[in-house]
Amino acid sequence: MSIGHTLLGLLESGPRHGYDLKRAFDEKFGHDRPLHYGQVYSTMSRLLKHGLVEVDGIEAGDGPERKRYAITEAGITDVARWLATPEKPEPYLQSTLYTKVVLALLTHRDAGDILDNQRSEHLRSMRILTDRKRKGDLADQLICDHALFHLEADLRWLELAAARLDKLREAVTR
Amino acid sequence: MTIPAGSLLTAQDLRKVYGPTTALDGAGFSIHPGEVVAVMGPSGSGKSTLLHCLAGIVMPDSGSITYNGREVTAMSDAERSALRRSEFGFVFQFGQLVPELTCVENVALPLRLNGSPRREAERTALAWMERLEVDDLRKKRPGEVSGGQGQRVAVARSLVTNPRVVFADEPTGALDSFNGERVMELLTDAARSANTAVVLVTHEARVAAYSDREVVVRDGKSRDMERVV
Amino acid sequence: MSVRQWSRDLGMGVRFAFAGGREGWTRALLTAVGVGLGVALLLLTTAIPGALAERDRREEARSDHTFSQEKIPKADDTLVVVDADTTFRNLDVRGRLLEPDGPKAPLPPGVSEFPAVGEMVVSPALKELLDSDDGKLLRERLDYRVSGTIGEQGLVGSQELAYFAGGKGLAKLLDGAASGARIDHFGSDDLGSSDPWDPVLLLLVLVVFVVLLMPVAVFIAAAVRFGGERRDRRLAALRLVGSDSRMTRRIAAGEALAGSVLGLVLGTGFFLLGRQLAASVEVFRVSVFPSYLNPSPLLAVLVALAVPAAAVLVTILALRGVVIEPLGVVRTAKPSRRRLWWRLLLPLGGLALLYPMMGQGNDGGDFNQYLVVGGVMLLLIGVTALLPWVVETVVARLGPGGVAWQLAVRRLQLSSGVAARMVNGIAVAVAGAIALQMLFAGVEDNYTRASQYDVSRAQMSVDVPDGSDAAPVAAQYRDTEGVRKVTTLSDFHLGDRREADALIQITVADCVSLREVATLPGCRDGDVFAAKGSEYDSDSERLAVPGTPLWAESEESGRAGDRTVSWTVPRGIRQAESREDPTGYERGGLLITPGALPGKLKVLISTRLFLSVDPSVPDAYDHVRNTAARLDPTSQPMTWHSIESDDRYAAIRTGLSVGAACVLALIGASLLVSQLEQLRERRKLLSSLVAFGTRRRTLGLSVLWQTAIPIGLGLLLAATVGMALGAVLLRMTNTSVGVDWQSVLSMTGIGAGVVLVVTLLSLPPLLKLTRPDGLRTE
Repeated sequence: MSIGHTLLGLLESGPRHGYDLKRAFDEKFGHDRPLHYGQVYSTMSRLLKHGLVEVDGIEAGDGPERKRYAITEAGITDVARWLATPEKPEPYLQSTLYTKVVLALLTHRDAGDILDNQRSEHLRSMRILTDRKRKGDLADQLICDHALFHLEADLRWLELAAARLDKLREAVTR
Repeated sequence: MTIPAGSLLTAQDLRKVYGPTTALDGAGFSIHPGEVVAVMGPSGSGKSTLLHCLAGIVMPDSGSITYNGREVTAMSDAERSALRRSEFGFVFQFGQLVPELTCVENVALPLRLNGSPRREAERTALAWMERLEVDDLRKKRPGEVSGGQGQRVAVARSLVTNPRVVFADEPTGALDSFNGERVMELLTDAARSANTAVVLVTHEARVAAYSDREVVVRDGKSRDMERVV
Repeated sequence: MSVRQWSRDLGMGVRFAFAGGREGWTRALLTAVGVGLGVALLLLTTAIPGALAERDRREEARSDHTFSQEKIPKADDTLVVVDADTTFRNLDVRGRLLEPDGPKAPLPPGVSEFPAVGEMVVSPALKELLDSDDGKLLRERLDYRVSGTIGEQGLVGSQELAYFAGGKGLAKLLDGAASGARIDHFGSDDLGSSDPWDPVLLLLVLVVFVVLLMPVAVFIAAAVRFGGERRDRRLAALRLVGSDSRMTRRIAAGEALAGSVLGLVLGTGFFLLGRQLAASVEVFRVSVFPSYLNPSPLLAVLVALAVPAAAVLVTILALRGVVIEPLGVVRTAKPSRRRLWWRLLLPLGGLALLYPMMGQGNDGGDFNQYLVVGGVMLLLIGVTALLPWVVETVVARLGPGGVAWQLAVRRLQLSSGVAARMVNGIAVAVAGAIALQMLFAGVEDNYTRASQYDVSRAQMSVDVPDGSDAAPVAAQYRDTEGVRKVTTLSDFHLGDRREADALIQITVADCVSLREVATLPGCRDGDVFAAKGSEYDSDSERLAVPGTPLWAESEESGRAGDRTVSWTVPRGIRQAESREDPTGYERGGLLITPGALPGKLKVLISTRLFLSVDPSVPDAYDHVRNTAARLDPTSQPMTWHSIESDDRYAAIRTGLSVGAACVLALIGASLLVSQLEQLRERRKLLSSLVAFGTRRRTLGLSVLWQTAIPIGLGLLLAATVGMALGAVLLRMTNTSVGVDWQSVLSMTGIGAGVVLVVTLLSLPPLLKLTRPDGLRTE
């Protein structure tokens, strides 16, 4: 995830202090990993250097220096360009799980057990996400769903692999 | 294997053969009150048969099923029917609502089978329909409502008798993911608040994620993943 | 629209009828079996006139009675035939004693060689009866050695009981009371022309045919709609892939066509099968040989064309109220409530057709056959038109009850048309049958008369051969098992002079027997009484005066050896009040005890024995018949019934009973088929209902209600229309209108019985379908 573009996007609704930005980011996107303030500071200075934001004002206070940032025209264009650029789909071509399954087959271990255990582990995560989704707001639901669908995709692959274990065994042990 | 302490419904070493196919080959199962257990596994693995055996719809060829301290396999057909009427609830994939009855009549049906007067049964039914957010459909017939609405009506029906166990066989199988999840949410919420156990047969992980734990059935054998790990 | 397109769509429908795996085949087969049964019945109907004609022809061909008075002299090519018919239990046995006069004597049809004296040739059915344990009593009676069987040519039905026995000295019997003749050929021409039919009887026949064939038509119409719901779904799928609504209609027509053509084939098969089976059954004493049952070609062709045409027509009509959309079937029938007025038009139209013929029956006027058939048909079709309306209207008002009731009522409310269609056939059959029964009951008096026999006093009578002494014969009967009492009455007539102007009846009997014909002031052997009170007798009073000389009539005296016999009425005759004798006749004349009868008069008497039989003794009647046969093989004891009926009238009534039985069985079968089809379509639902604990009893009850409600309504309507039609028909024959409640109840009872049987028969499949296997989707 591009933190720079995300912060820029948050500025589009109006000028904010660095601390505000961090809070807004954490609230909306940073469930698992909140931003360090240093990260915000370094990102903002990079954006400032590229002319994508400007300093709207400085408040002197008893704490650290509080700069208020505003987005520039170039910044808005940059956000628009970023949003319009599709993300490259991740190929997931070599996963650890695949390696484990093939190895189990090669060493004549029960690959089915590996898959069952993996499914159980996946489901454990999915239960936590589902629970959070049920208790959370719309944003929570969306982000949890995103994760759930990815996990589900893994599990689907697991099911398919389980159904094809025999063929796979033939193929890899030949 | 002994019956786990506090278990409501336990099955041990179930075997069931349909003609040439072995549907269950030593499967076991156990569920506690208020627990939601997903039964997962590939198609044809025997998960529906396991559900039918647990619910006393089908008699296993061998093995034992204990419900609340009573041996289900020793009951007569009439006793098992009475058990299903009063203690169990059912949700199937589709085709379970009587097409000629209105939705509220469908929901009230299990109560009426238990001998409740019509008005009282329909009042209770309506309360459950409200809870599942389908009370506006009460006068409609199943043919006039959407799939998701129909399943919610079916869920209301499965819960209307305050059963101890609800058996749900692919309850979201015919629904899109949005409606499916809504149905699961309502089902598990209602079941948990009433301390009703749910046996949930599904092959969808996201549906299974509404469970507390899962049992995997493969080739007629079951594997309780919680015990393993 | 091109012919090619038509044929292509029809062809596609035909393919669909058989494609679709097991389900498709089952459905096509159900339709075909349904149509086939109907077709078989139609073919049977077309074959009946031919079969009856064939029976008549064979009956004529073996006829051995000469109606001409002239007697044939004994010759090389003559044969003496004497009737020796008998009855075993309630089975009639045709019997003949044969004695060829010479080597060229004619053989009866179906017999290859004359049976020798003491031998007989028998029909296969009689042989079977004689060989069975049941036939023991008959074996005693027909005490001949079986030397062969009678061929088909000599019999009018496969189950006919008949024998030809060889006799000796039969010619002598011809002079006596035995019925028979000396003949030089079998067969007679003068039987050929029969009287023209009485218009009322003709009316009966027409109505019987219409009443029997209407339900068959209704049945065929229902049969081509078997599996309709599934077909509609398939048609919807066709719409989805791009066929337009006209095309789907043609495809549906093609499916119906395929089913009905297969039905024709099956029907022909059923018919041929039934023809073979027909040989082994006897319905109401009528049995036929398979070879009799040949449908008239013209009618057969008509059936072959009409059935598929009707199938297509019904399908297209049925689809009229249905809009097949790509995503499903929309029935437009639901919003528009059924209208009453045009449905009422049909029966009213029928009444209008029949009305002008009111009261024609008596003056011998002919009924217009077309008007009769048209009117009756319209009235009966009116039932099928009114019933859906009645069912819909009533069912919509039914309140909720128990679960079973609720399930049934709700289903009926949603698809009352289906329910009405199912019972249409029964309603039509019952309506027609009620009307006919009323008509029969009404005109019964014209064609049956209560016999005068008082069956409480005697149940059989048997004649003693003239001139033989009655006492030992009576003793034989008295000793017969099951006989309670024998009343011996002998009588003869004497005239006032040789060429008598006035006759007086003389009855000779012992005191006990005399009390059966008159109230006696006291009686000893040797007494003579003058019977008074007989309304028929005017001469007796004048002649029954002591001292009056009486003369035997010349013809009778001729028989007694050409001696004129006279007798003078003795002194001391007493008066006795005449009462009805067991034959219902009040005698006049003189009553003489045997002691008072001079020996010279004995030759004149002919004696009849009246037997009172103990009904609790099994086969009492047959013991009597055995005794009679032992004494005289040509004697034919009469069994008395309280009612005698006209044969032809009885035949029609028999035909109605046979037909109604077939039709109701057929309709019962179709009810069962559609019931099973419905159950199969609801298999998944039924299993899930059972899964959540529905008692099978509840499901069974709901199935019963589901049939019983429309049937109840149907029977009610049928009874109403039937009674109306019956009343009209009675008015037409100028008979007073009376409702024959017993037949109304019995016909509706039979209809209700069919429902019960169908429900019972559909219970095992219901239980099978509700097994949890139905839940298995994998």
